Amino acid sequence: MALLECRQLTKNYGGVLALDRVDLTVEAGRIVGLLGPNGSGKTTLIKIANGLLVPTSGTLTIAGMAPGPDTKAIVSYLPERTYLSDWMNVVQLLDFFCDFYPDFDRSTAEHMLTALEISPRLRIKQMSKGTREKVQLILVMSRKARLYLLDEPIGGVDPATRDYIIRTILTNYNEQASVVISTHLIADVENVLDDVIFINKGRVALQSSVDQIREEKGCSVDELFREVFRYAE
Amino acid sequence: MEWTFRSDRPIYAQLVEQMTQAILSGTFAPGERLPAVRELATQAGVNPNTMQRAMAELEQQGLIYAQRTNGRFVTGDTTAIGSVRDRVARQRVSSFAADMGRLGYHKEQVLQLLREEEVF
Repeated sequence: MALLECRQLTKNYGGVLALDRVDLTVEAGRIVGLLGPNGSGKTTLIKIANGLLVPTSGTLTIAGMAPGPDTKAIVSYLPERTYLSDWMNVVQLLDFFCDFYPDFDRSTAEHMLTALEISPRLRIKQMSKGTREKVQLILVMSRKARLYLLDEPIGGVDPATRDYIIRTILTNYNEQASVVISTHLIADVENVLDDVIFINKGRVALQSSVDQIREEKGCSVDELFREVFRYAE
Repeated sequence: MEWTFRSDRPIYAQLVEQMTQAILSGTFAPGERLPAVRELATQAGVNPNTMQRAMAELEQQGLIYAQRTNGRFVTGDTTAIGSVRDRVARQRVSSFAADMGRLGYHKEQVLQLLREEEVF
């Protein structure tokens, strides 16, 4: 069974069509890039998958279930903006994740935080932007989830941090799980992706494997993206 | 080892090439146990499925073999490694010869240049 499936998924924000009859499937064991320019519908899709928005029409299912408590138990979500209270320190964050998620592996998280020399007493408000993003990703990737939905995990951090984040994703997902990464920074992630979904103006423009694109088009996903979206404008 | 990728070809094909090069140059010695797929993938910064596909290709070529539950090893068959080395050498010589031809060099001139080359 597909891990994530959309059928004719449509979301209309009072006249603005954010998603327009989207059909897509994510199988287990894949790392998938959800790629599109700003305003293409990436975040809307991810928010529906997390039950934060309700579709106008069509369906989205996770392991066959509509978004709800059962899917939240198997989905680990990195939102584009933080929902954590900035007075919390690292230990309180770990406690918080332990309380909420039975699949949270505290020792994995502690191990990664120690490796990065992030003090357990450091509060979110005392962290730099890069550190904050690393901490949030560590929390999200330390859950033994079946589906990781990462909304712009590498936006606004320096290249070294970007590498660290990508390596963290690679080492922490298990082979039966899938990872969906939404981003417009394609060159940075394309080597780690199995498949890409191009989304533009709320519609799926292309769904393909990375190797297939390189084999058939003789160019990188980044180059193809620039070409597809140049014509689309 | 250092991994670099070009944008115009599938990544798995480039992994196969670079692993082959590492085996021919002895970075991975005959009979040596290879790191786990996941570990190699992380080192190279690529997807584990892609690394897996490259490994399957190398297995098919006989350069590496899998031992159930024990991981993958470089073949101990140095003759097999030798024949892959020959094949790669011939390919590179052909492409070098074609390059020199395009520069307008004849075989004797190229041989003379090779004799003067200090690498050997």
